Amino acid sequence: MIELAGISKSFVTKGKNVEAVKDVTLHIKEHEIYGIIGFSGAGKSTLVRCINLLERPDSGKVILGERELTNLSDKELREARKDIGMIFQHFNLFPSRTVFQNVAYPLKGRGLSKEEIKEKVLELLKLVELEDKENAYPSQLSGGQKQRVAIARALATDPKVLLCDEATSALDPQTTHSILKLLKQLNQNLGITIVIITHEMAVIKEICDRVAVMEHGKVVEEGEVFEVFANPRQEITKAFINTTSALRKIYDLLEENSPVVALKPGEKILKLQYLEKSVSEALISTISRKFNIDCNIIFASIEIIGDAPLGGTIIIAQGKAEDIQEAIRYLKERNILVEVLKDGGNH
Amino acid sequence: MAEIIENLLPHVVEKWQELLECTWQTLYMTGFSGIISFVLGLALGIVLIATRKGGVLQNTVLYGILDKIINLFRSIPFIILLASLIPLTRLVVGTAIGTKGAILPLIFGTVPFFSRQVESALSEVDDGLVEAAAAMGTSPIGIIFRVYLKESIPSLTRVTTITAVSLVGLTAMAGAIGGGGLGDFAIRYGHQRNQIDITFVTVIILLVIVMILQEIGNLIIKRTTH
Repeated sequence: MIELAGISKSFVTKGKNVEAVKDVTLHIKEHEIYGIIGFSGAGKSTLVRCINLLERPDSGKVILGERELTNLSDKELREARKDIGMIFQHFNLFPSRTVFQNVAYPLKGRGLSKEEIKEKVLELLKLVELEDKENAYPSQLSGGQKQRVAIARALATDPKVLLCDEATSALDPQTTHSILKLLKQLNQNLGITIVIITHEMAVIKEICDRVAVMEHGKVVEEGEVFEVFANPRQEITKAFINTTSALRKIYDLLEENSPVVALKPGEKILKLQYLEKSVSEALISTISRKFNIDCNIIFASIEIIGDAPLGGTIIIAQGKAEDIQEAIRYLKERNILVEVLKDGGNH
Repeated sequence: MAEIIENLLPHVVEKWQELLECTWQTLYMTGFSGIISFVLGLALGIVLIATRKGGVLQNTVLYGILDKIINLFRSIPFIILLASLIPLTRLVVGTAIGTKGAILPLIFGTVPFFSRQVESALSEVDDGLVEAAAAMGTSPIGIIFRVYLKESIPSLTRVTTITAVSLVGLTAMAGAIGGGGLGDFAIRYGHQRNQIDITFVTVIILLVIVMILQEIGNLIIKRTTH
């Protein structure tokens, strides 16, 4: 659907040449929700602007469907942009126009009659559940409502792709959730391909099928969201996972020597993490029964990503040292990553 | 009542017909040169915004030239502009005196100021809106009309009001070198013959004109700001 081949883009700011995007090659499939995550300054906003050529890459090709966008004339490109909707962090609605006029904006000058425009706009407003706001001005709307209007406007030309540039970063978590839900619905009902730029792990986890992790202008890791986050290879990816995982808390507790992690002889603190999608066994009950050990769950952080649990559990296992060893071996066979964080010693 | 006015404003009563005529001249000069300056200044301001660095029709050479010409004209004091434009005025309108002769210098005095004001009003438009419009496939010309101009109507009204008020002031100055109008009237009678009541009434009339301009501006701004 979207091919980015060897995209590079640099800017000159204050006399310095800054390479914002360095030789990025990506393939985004039709109908998928593709996430690009990175900290600010990673070059992700520049990269997404290279898709609709708001920024023209210094080198590399952008191909949308069958067409190579980087080869089009300005006029052809403007026509092609009608296939690519875009929404922004700060919504970018026209403040002097009503909600209706904002959504109608991209429909003007396309040979549609007033009635056709009206019908289309009302249909779009219904889609984003803002039928009653057609005569309101953007300043009268909440952040979430503004982004809904922006989505309706971006969909007016029936695009095949929707680019979201930090579209939820200015919203509170609840509103973020409702906007993401809407995007997911659009993806499922209209089959629109969505590209999401974000610095929030939660966004990627909630709706993306695949993800690219960006750092210093490069894509350092890419793949299915579950795979990438179950087996992070890069430090930056781990850092993103840590931003939402409660598991890292155990390290603070261990460092503080908190009473929660005080061990008696014969006890071990284990960290169990899922590495595969296939986990549906009652593992903790099983090891408890099978190896005659007691498991006390201190805490767990498990999230459902791509219909499979990702995350882990911290437990205190109590029993004979060799039984615990056996249990660990058993878990490892089932593709559970086991780490002994603290050992209380033998009886 | 008539007696009181006659006692208070003896010279005004004596020359009220000339006063009326001069008021009309001032309005005529302001209106005529104002409309032409509005069109030219708006056009120049748009060209400045479009051709500046990062503009929708970036052209640094054209921008550089216009920028310097505007600065040049803005730095010439109006009274000197009036005098030095006499040959050009003669060439264009046939005479350098009277109301007609004042129009050209007024335009030269107003356009550079106004085009800068327009440039600053248009540059207040959020770059995000321009980007959104471009992403929706709007052409550069479309962006100028549908985004820059449409979205800055309140700011454009504000700078137009400011410019119109200062133009009223300039017409009074143009009067000093034979342009006619209220400025001329006030100088000839109020100043040179020390007829204080003439100066006083002239100022009142100018004040009313300025207030009306300002009120119209405020009304439009209020109507177009959401």
